[in-house]
Amino acid sequence: MSNPFSMNGGAVVAMVGKDCVAIGCDLRLGMQALTVSNNFPKIFSYGDAYLGLTGLATDVTTMSELFRYKVNMYRLREERDIEPETMANLVSSTLYERRFGPYFVSPVIAGINQRTGKPFICGFDSIGCIDFAKDFIVSGTASDQLFGTCESLWEPDLEPEDLFETCAQALLNAVDRDALSGWGAHVYVITKDKIIKRLLKGRQD
Amino acid sequence: MEVLLGITGKDFTLIAASKAAMRGVTILKATDDKTKTLNSHTMMAYSGESGDTVQFAEYIQANVQLYGMRNNSNWQLSPSAVASLIRHELARSLRSRNPYHVNLLVGGFDVTENKPHLYWLDYLAAQASLPYAAHGYAQYYCLSILDKHHHPDIDLEKGIELLKMCRDELINRLPIDFKGLLVKVITADGIREIEL
Repeated sequence: MSNPFSMNGGAVVAMVGKDCVAIGCDLRLGMQALTVSNNFPKIFSYGDAYLGLTGLATDVTTMSELFRYKVNMYRLREERDIEPETMANLVSSTLYERRFGPYFVSPVIAGINQRTGKPFICGFDSIGCIDFAKDFIVSGTASDQLFGTCESLWEPDLEPEDLFETCAQALLNAVDRDALSGWGAHVYVITKDKIIKRLLKGRQD
Repeated sequence: MEVLLGITGKDFTLIAASKAAMRGVTILKATDDKTKTLNSHTMMAYSGESGDTVQFAEYIQANVQLYGMRNNSNWQLSPSAVASLIRHELARSLRSRNPYHVNLLVGGFDVTENKPHLYWLDYLAAQASLPYAAHGYAQYYCLSILDKHHHPDIDLEKGIELLKMCRDELINRLPIDFKGLLVKVITADGIREIEL
């Protein structure tokens, strides 16, 4: 068996703009080089926090369902939505719980704190080490390519529409250089009072 | 070299499984049934490690039927609920000391929303809802045929025609005789077997 992080393929990217954040994912699910599905989204919404998960497909689904349960329980206890920073600590501790038999995922969080109005993004390794960033976070089999496209396209204080274009182009151009990701994309642009989800058509080869 | 195929259409889901029960290069049986009926409108086909397959399939079948009995037989699990249940059990087993090595296709017809469903699950419990699917070597030969000829609103006749194209290609390309396909179709009326 090969590396569990690259068996199914996939890519996620998150970016910060001016009072907004964007998060995008590709739609491929594969087994090695064979594409099984071209409709496998990797971004999940939990109140104000958006979670992108790349890695082993079974763990992507398992983790998304586990966090749905945990966030629903949080909402019942606290009688409010979870904030992105709190979600980051929840993801981190949940992953570290499996320190010696990890879930093979590389999560990314994006969201706007509804109390302070501040944009927030962060990424994790598979055992829960948080990577805070002021600019962008990448993850998945196209992460090398995403670093390149993000470094060249991203600039500070982008308005929501410009941030969408930057995020979408960074993602689409990165996955075209990766055989294990692509086949379409989802991009969310999150502002304090509006969330726009766009479905992007990518190359189907 | 077990073959599992699934195709959805306008108002049906077709599931096909090879009839050969093999052990190494020996064919032990030519009339094997690698499918299980879960409830009135849901069934599954399975392949993988012999022993694991039947054990896991019977466990799932028993639990889906138990759910039906507990709920007065009027409220059955929908195909999507059945697929989620199976994925949950497989994912739980994956992190145990000896996981089930079973690949599955779950086919169903949702009578409340009047739609066919097909779910693809591998032994790692990766799940995908698909218009057509295959497991094993059949993937390499049949998915390309289905990419070209499948359409979401084909009728049953066209679905059977597609299965025949897949079968003929497999007979041409596979080195071992898989003894033909056992084909079942799920429609609003329930599950029935058909001759290919």
